[in-house]
Amino acid sequence: MSKPLLGVVLGAVLGAIDGLTAWFTPAVRDQIGGIVIGSTIKGIIAGVAIGFFAKKFHSLPIGILFGLAVGALLAYLVARLQGGYYLEIILPGSLVGLIVGFATQKYGNTKEKMHAESGSF
Amino acid sequence: MTSEMWLSDDKLNHLRTIVGDPDFSSTKYTFVKELARGGMGTVYLAEDRELNRLVAIKVLNTTEVTDDLRNRMIREAQIIARLEHPGIVPVHDVGTLPDGRVFYAMKFVRGSRLDEYTARNASLKDRLRKFQAACDAVAFAHAHGVIHRDLKPQNIMIGSFGEVLVLDWGVAKILPEPDPPWSAVPWHRFGQSGGKPPHSKEWSNTSAGTVVGTRHYMSPEQARGEIDQLDERADVYSLGAVLHFLLKDQPKVSKAAKAISLKARANAKEERYSSASELSADIGRLLDAEPVSAYRENALEKVSRWVSKNRFLILLVLAYLLMRIFLAFTSRR
Repeated sequence: MSKPLLGVVLGAVLGAIDGLTAWFTPAVRDQIGGIVIGSTIKGIIAGVAIGFFAKKFHSLPIGILFGLAVGALLAYLVARLQGGYYLEIILPGSLVGLIVGFATQKYGNTKEKMHAESGSF
Repeated sequence: MTSEMWLSDDKLNHLRTIVGDPDFSSTKYTFVKELARGGMGTVYLAEDRELNRLVAIKVLNTTEVTDDLRNRMIREAQIIARLEHPGIVPVHDVGTLPDGRVFYAMKFVRGSRLDEYTARNASLKDRLRKFQAACDAVAFAHAHGVIHRDLKPQNIMIGSFGEVLVLDWGVAKILPEPDPPWSAVPWHRFGQSGGKPPHSKEWSNTSAGTVVGTRHYMSPEQARGEIDQLDERADVYSLGAVLHFLLKDQPKVSKAAKAISLKARANAKEERYSSASELSADIGRLLDAEPVSAYRENALEKVSRWVSKNRFLILLVLAYLLMRIFLAFTSRR
């Protein structure tokens, strides 16, 4: 699996799970459908950005920092649209970005590796 | 009037040393010092005056040069020259000294032998990486039809920048091949007669029943002198013995690492790795915390290996879950 694809898949899955945890917040439980969809889209966008970053730059600490920054930025934008719940949205969103940043640096194949594995140089 | 001249012991020893040193006067090399002495030849450090660099020169020990010895040395030089690989010391030159001894010049490697290197508390991971590099060099030689037959820690050199070089191809065996690249090289270029050329068919310079190699690192078939039976798996056995040497003083050796060493050292060659590259691949899997072909792990070992491999990811996910629990409690208030 390529790094951008891994970022998208991981971002979508973690974003969806992150959205589902809104169920624990009684005040927004009735909006959970919209929250899950929004959170998944946010995860996909973050995953694409982080995945492409990982494809270009091979550095675990920088990848983690980039993931954290992208996750925090997107979560901040969502929180602003929501007009509240800054901590509940930004904290998990940043951590999801950090996890995706780590995973795309450590796992997923680069183009060169995929070519080498398929013997198609 | 008679005069007597006495030489002190020091002077006498000095003269003895000078007489024993090779005469490089007819070559472009200047003698520097002796580096190592082996059964067949001695390796000297010399300076290449033309290129202004240090080289290692291997010279036959005896001045009574027979065709067989001469052929052996030239053959060894040609074998190494044929193996152009970062893990094999390159040969720069070959020639004959005024006393008729054949010599060949090779790259002078600064560093230490694998046994000396490991004595300086090299970590298990580092040892395995160096071992894998040696396996790759040997696999390259095998791919070119050459079996080393004397692999041991003393014949593996670690350079100052961590590079791994396999040395001493003096007893190597060449497997049959249809048309080797050196078939065009004039074998009698150095003036010997009756020398057997190292091509056209299998060439080992040792006859059946002859035992070559080093006892502790020698495969059973090699120890029995079954020269015709030797193939790549004889070197795989020796590599297994080298791996055993690297693991024996380590406190925490995994079952997988021990299994690799045991499989490589199996008495029956059919039970060993079929090639050095297969052994190298298993070492690579061991280093990457992936399952190795030599050991079948149980479910608990699989989980434990996965956890140790993905420790940081697991920590991140746990941190995320903890944070979620924290937020769930705080948002209920």
